[in-house]
Amino acid sequence: MAELNTRANIKVPDEFYAELLTVHEGLSKAESDALNARLILLLANHIGDRQVLSEALQAAALKE
Amino acid sequence: MSKIFEIPLYPYQRSADQDAATPVRHPVVVVGAGPVGLALAIDLAMQDVPVVVLDENDKVSRGSRAICFAKRPLEILDRLGCGDPMVDKGVIWNLGKVYFDERQVFGFNLLPEQGHKRPAFINLQQYYLEQYLVERVRELQAEGKPIELRGGSKVLNVAQDDSGAELTIGTPEGPYQIKADWVVACDGAASPIRTLLGLDFTGRVFEDNFLIADVVMEAKFPTERWFWFDPPFNRGQSALLHKQPDNVWRIDFQLGWDIDREKELKPENIDKRLKAMLGEEISYELEWSSIYTFQCRRMERFCEGRVIFAGDSAHQVSPFGARGANSGLQDADNLAWKLKLIIDGKSPPTLLNSYNAERVHGAQENILNSSRSTDFITPKSDISRIFRDAVLDLSERYEATGPMVNSGRLSVPCTYDGSQLNGPDCDQMPERTRPGSPMVDAPVPAGWLLDQLGSAFHLMTIDADAPDTAGVDGVELKRLTLSSTDDADGYLRQRYLGDANAAVYLIRPDQHVAARWDHYDEAAVKAALLKAIGR
Repeated sequence: MAELNTRANIKVPDEFYAELLTVHEGLSKAESDALNARLILLLANHIGDRQVLSEALQAAALKE
Repeated sequence: MSKIFEIPLYPYQRSADQDAATPVRHPVVVVGAGPVGLALAIDLAMQDVPVVVLDENDKVSRGSRAICFAKRPLEILDRLGCGDPMVDKGVIWNLGKVYFDERQVFGFNLLPEQGHKRPAFINLQQYYLEQYLVERVRELQAEGKPIELRGGSKVLNVAQDDSGAELTIGTPEGPYQIKADWVVACDGAASPIRTLLGLDFTGRVFEDNFLIADVVMEAKFPTERWFWFDPPFNRGQSALLHKQPDNVWRIDFQLGWDIDREKELKPENIDKRLKAMLGEEISYELEWSSIYTFQCRRMERFCEGRVIFAGDSAHQVSPFGARGANSGLQDADNLAWKLKLIIDGKSPPTLLNSYNAERVHGAQENILNSSRSTDFITPKSDISRIFRDAVLDLSERYEATGPMVNSGRLSVPCTYDGSQLNGPDCDQMPERTRPGSPMVDAPVPAGWLLDQLGSAFHLMTIDADAPDTAGVDGVELKRLTLSSTDDADGYLRQRYLGDANAAVYLIRPDQHVAARWDHYDEAAVKAALLKAIGR
């Protein structure tokens, strides 16, 4: 049974973080919100596993 | 020429009950001659249960109202002898397109599965369904079946005790009383019977208004369901275009919450909307228009003593997904055979607990689906709209989010998992026909499988020995013998046998599976039949 991976898993994390900010550059708040929503949906679809997604939703809500 | 909904089809006539010294008692009184009430009454009368249908009007309903009929309700109507006119007249459609702003972002094909008599969906005005049902009532009357349809008869009061109910009926010639062993309230979302009994009807209100315009026009649009999110002609809202027979098109505009109803319903304002949507040059005739709001709610229990609720009186959903009339017909289908067994003294009245449990389950499923559609169509918060628009934007480019586009999840029949009437399952057989499931149609040597079943309990055997007639304590069990050698296209294997070499299915009168085995065992079948009739 898959579990949400909450350990560090991205190579060169500073690079990813910079890229994440770059796609938002020059966008209004509304445009950034829309981009974030699209990103979440694409990543969620990539993961696919319903249990992992539920765990991620709970983890992101900072709930125990 | 008058429209069918302008002609009195069952005008008030004086009944002998009005001149009786004491109130006449009837086994079943159905209140409401809409699709659900008429279907139930026809089902009962076909099985020789005397039934009186009361309605305060005398015509079929005005305007198209319910327009989408799914396969399972069509199969129920087949059993009642009304399927053919529906499908002959109805518009069959499979393709849907979804637009966001000016772009098409998603399309779907219902891709009807092969090997079924009936299509996945037809579109047909509700008044045609009601007309066919009234015609069927007349046919049954001509055959001497015990069914009465009393127009101009409004229920003014209902009282009940453990043994039955008494109704006061208002007519143009004054009120009278009748008694009933059972009353079935099929009197719509605003159910006067529910109100008279002071029963609850709770759920979620959606703060939104929708304008329906049914227009008659020669249009070049294909036979598809078109749905718009945030189109230029109805900014910030949604719209729907759907074809009905006779060149009638259903157009549905979401209006929002704070509106001036009278102003919106003025023909010149509807005209403005239609021209913005379809072009200045269109010519049309407005057949019907209406503004509706909706709620997703249900009664806590569908049975209250001797009064039973079916259809919109018991549960109400948003129109997205065609779950109103379709689920009401399934209520009637579920209830008729149970009432018959109780009236014939073959089942205890507690069998109705299964009607309540099974149809509450169906209503909950419909409310869940229709609430989800509504939340997608009319987002209730900024973040809900952001995600909705993100799904639509992505769907134009990627297949990934297409399945999340929710402009209505179209009605599919419900499986009564966990029902108290369900007997043993056989795990080698397909999941889709497990106990509680509606039977899945298939071609058989005599025609179509569901047409062989009628309204009795059946024992369907595939490559299995069993006696030709069985039954228990006066409940008949008919045999339907099938063989895998007649299954060239493999439908019986796919839908009923699975990995088993032989199959024995116990089938309820409403064509739901009660139990199944890989061989015939007399004691097991009898036990399952007793369980299925609530004993």
